[in-house]
Amino acid sequence: MSEIPADLRYTKSHEWVRTLPDGSVEIGITDHAQHSLGDLVFVEVPQAGKQLAAGDACAVVESVKAASDVYSPVAGAVVAGNGELATQPELINQDPYGKGWILRLKPAAGAAVAGLLDAAAYSAVVAAAG
Amino acid sequence: MKKTEPLIFELSRPGRGATAQHPPAAEAALPAALRRRRRLALPEVSELQAVRHYTRLSQLNFGIDTQFYPLGSCTMKYNPRACNAVAMLPGFVGRHPLAPAATGQGFMACLFELQEMLRQVTGMQAVSLTPMAGAQGEFAGVAMIRAYHRARGDGARNEIIVPDAAHGTNPATASMCGMKVREIASRPDGDVDLAALGQALSPATAGIMLTNPSTLGVFERNIVEIERRVHAAGGLLYYDGANLNAILGKVRPGDMGFDVIHMNLHKTFSTPHGGGGPGSGAVGVGPRLAPFLPVPVVARDGGRYRWLDERDLPQSIGRLSGFMGNAGVLLRAWAYMRILGAAGMRRVAEYSTLNANYLLARLIEAGFEAAYPGRRASHEFIVTLKRQARETGANAMDFAKRLLDHGYHAPTTYFPLLVPECLLIEPTETETKEELDGFVEALAAILREAATDVATLKSAPHTMPVRRLDDVRAARQLDVSWKPAAA
Amino acid sequence: MPYIPHTDADVRAMLDRIGVAGVEDLFDEIPKALRVDALPGVPEGLTEMDVGRLAAERAGADGSRLNFIGAGAYEHHIPAPVWQLVTRGEIYSAYTPYQAEASQGTLQIMYEYQSMITALTGMDVSNASLYDGASALAEACLMAVRAHRRSQSARILMPATVNPVWRRVARAISEGQGLVIEEIPYDPARGTTDLKSLERHAGSDVTALVVPQPNFFGQLEDADALTRWAHGNGALAIGAVNPVALALVAPPGEWGEGGADVAVGDGQPFGVPLSSGGPYVGFMTSRLEHVRQMPGRISGRTVDADGRTGYTLTLQAREQHIRRGKATSNICTNQGLLMTAATIHLALLGPVGLERVASACVARTRELVAALTAVPGVREAFAGPRFHEAALLLDRPVAPVLEALAADGIVGGHDLSRDYPELGHALLVCATETRTSADIERYARALRGLLGRQAAA
Repeated sequence: MSEIPADLRYTKSHEWVRTLPDGSVEIGITDHAQHSLGDLVFVEVPQAGKQLAAGDACAVVESVKAASDVYSPVAGAVVAGNGELATQPELINQDPYGKGWILRLKPAAGAAVAGLLDAAAYSAVVAAAG
Repeated sequence: MKKTEPLIFELSRPGRGATAQHPPAAEAALPAALRRRRRLALPEVSELQAVRHYTRLSQLNFGIDTQFYPLGSCTMKYNPRACNAVAMLPGFVGRHPLAPAATGQGFMACLFELQEMLRQVTGMQAVSLTPMAGAQGEFAGVAMIRAYHRARGDGARNEIIVPDAAHGTNPATASMCGMKVREIASRPDGDVDLAALGQALSPATAGIMLTNPSTLGVFERNIVEIERRVHAAGGLLYYDGANLNAILGKVRPGDMGFDVIHMNLHKTFSTPHGGGGPGSGAVGVGPRLAPFLPVPVVARDGGRYRWLDERDLPQSIGRLSGFMGNAGVLLRAWAYMRILGAAGMRRVAEYSTLNANYLLARLIEAGFEAAYPGRRASHEFIVTLKRQARETGANAMDFAKRLLDHGYHAPTTYFPLLVPECLLIEPTETETKEELDGFVEALAAILREAATDVATLKSAPHTMPVRRLDDVRAARQLDVSWKPAAA
Repeated sequence: MPYIPHTDADVRAMLDRIGVAGVEDLFDEIPKALRVDALPGVPEGLTEMDVGRLAAERAGADGSRLNFIGAGAYEHHIPAPVWQLVTRGEIYSAYTPYQAEASQGTLQIMYEYQSMITALTGMDVSNASLYDGASALAEACLMAVRAHRRSQSARILMPATVNPVWRRVARAISEGQGLVIEEIPYDPARGTTDLKSLERHAGSDVTALVVPQPNFFGQLEDADALTRWAHGNGALAIGAVNPVALALVAPPGEWGEGGADVAVGDGQPFGVPLSSGGPYVGFMTSRLEHVRQMPGRISGRTVDADGRTGYTLTLQAREQHIRRGKATSNICTNQGLLMTAATIHLALLGPVGLERVASACVARTRELVAALTAVPGVREAFAGPRFHEAALLLDRPVAPVLEALAADGIVGGHDLSRDYPELGHALLVCATETRTSADIERYARALRGLLGRQAAA
């Protein structure tokens, strides 16, 4: 059973979003997502300053057998990509909601983090996926 | 097969060499500024060491010549030795491709006959032999579709429709040609979902890429309706010839209404797979696409053969290879088709289909589950191990690895992506009933083992030169070339 | 029934097990209207003996001639062990090493090949081969566009001294992705890329410059200067090299300050016969930082469950079977058999043998040029150092001369007049270590007779 922290927001495509005290957001992939990809061997993170629309592919996570795009849950400007992942992609497997964060974003005006799935709704998505 | 072999570099000793292969020393007298500075770190070994090393390495492989190799979608049938002997004849093998056409009439006669025979078995109007692999044939096909629409001033058509069961090359090819990919779902019975097709078709549709029989191992029963709808929408139909073996001489892509086809000569026409190539991906086209064929193409003018080039086909998509494609592979395919003849072509489809349906029937009796029950197998079929994976924890990969211990190459695993825990099994027509029976017994034994000793199964293989390899480490700690220790 | 082992009893037993009356019933899902009953244009089958005889007659009619053409395919001695080993069934009849444990031979050969090619080119990483040199150059241009993220133009500067067919192939393969390939003229005196004409592009957004070495005329380019120009102008440098030359000439990894970014070529000179045009073997190398943008298979060294060294396909997530529409290329096969031939060939030659082959190429070509330019009506097109080809200028059209030579058993070179009309009656000739002094004398004698006779006529 995968871990789904109650204080985060989620997408159907298995990203999580954490609102930071300064109003920016941190984005990663869920425990369920890292588990179904398996051991990650490569992560490509976006450069700071890049402008993203909601739903834009913003990062790539790669295991031995699969590669997936990570989609930005909200619109905004990239503040930072997690540089640690370049040499330690396994951080996503070990700590998907902590050290395995992928990017930080300053949301565009009107970007609605609150409109994303809550933990209960995301749990239902995972359960339906079997 | 426990033995492993050191690297050729580890056998090297300074000052040693296969000196019978060295020409006499000569003075190159090149300016110092242009010369290589770093030492050339190639191995220094005797001729016997090299021969023994590569002989031993070969013995670490499974091949068709040593093992049943039912790799689905790859058509691993016997590669007749006669075909190699033909291609290696000194007159063919020693000839420079740019030597005058007058010195290559025999070679070109073979290629012309091959073009003609391929035209006949596919029902297409014209053939170009130049693509060097199936994927390059696909590229040629989609590039021709693009060129066709542009030549008509219909350049807005930039979408290629691809069923979700398709080979990965199909969407990759469409992207390479600058097309957008629209994926459509398959129905539970394996046929294309016509409603999904209807939604995908639009004025942006450039064409559809279909494999028929599909990678799900079944014949697309709605092909006539699909052809009607795609053409009515202004799109063209691309036939991925990966599974042509299943229908050779029985039904022709041209008669199904396809506008372009690529053939994998290394599958259907039995040229060697060579550890991953060379392939050969000849393309055939209907009347709409004939002006756009890649060059060169062999033509016969008044009893002489010559190459048609850009001057003869000004709308050609151009050249895809340095000369005329994988000539030696084409000669092997020519020899194979001449030995089989028209009746032999039909037998390819009949006996490959017979072997597949027999193997499927026996595996169902042995307790395995067909992914598309109730459907005829084409020359291949899919077994799903979803239930076994759930009940025993042993998945398709475990079954595949354990088959190696039984002396069989594994079927294709985890493709097509839409069938969970799948084995795609293609026995081909050149296998005996006894070989198929042995394979069924091996899979049945593994099924029993899943219930009694799943640990042994999950740690297989146990008799190969190596056990399961750490491919996560291979990707994270990339080591893709040997470096001298001192460097 | 050639290659089909079924007895009547087998067929009956198999049909019974399936539960159908006849083989035709297995095709009952195919619409009847589409079925064909005959293939009228396909001849009836022949025995192996008959096909062998027909092929031998045709190959015999094509005959053998003394060859002086290079132009992208080179005649070298191939050690006897190479093809005897390559056609062993375990190599010849195996497929892509998807089941690594049952394919360690192929995977280790791929790793050894990659190691030899990186050693030769001086680059960081090599894939396990592409189709041929021409398509490898096309893939290198596409790769450069992916790898060079700061460049938005997708512009590739392509010297006119790059093999003209390779240039056409690069255009045909990259066109759909919007690449812009611009030609750079050559210095008419030296037959090498004109640095002055490159300056016109300084300051503009250039994705990559292709650097041929040696170039199509056989002339050695100033690869250092071209690489420095590329890097100084924010562009990548793509080497397009002859691999035999690299035994003598600075390899792409040594060019300029940090070396080229990508280097490609055709490995045909290593153990692959001319074979009327293929199959050959393209090689592709790059800096490590670009490896994820490289197309084609790569073998990696790792360990098995017992910690023992083994080999496996790696970085597969770049490839079409995983990435589908977002893959680096649609390529799935490599040229496994030819890659194996190249590996065995290089193992047999070693560093000493390869350097001797390369030196003999230079020396024989020098001898050939001296002998042919001693014939009245023949002169060199370009000055400057060269490898194993040379452009010569004749005092009359080249094609009839080549035809007359062919009738005399000599394949005398490649007519340049179609691709380089500005040169006039230009002929590209080549001599490798396989041409003896006697061969060269024979060619010079025949040419002297031909030009003298025709001039007199």
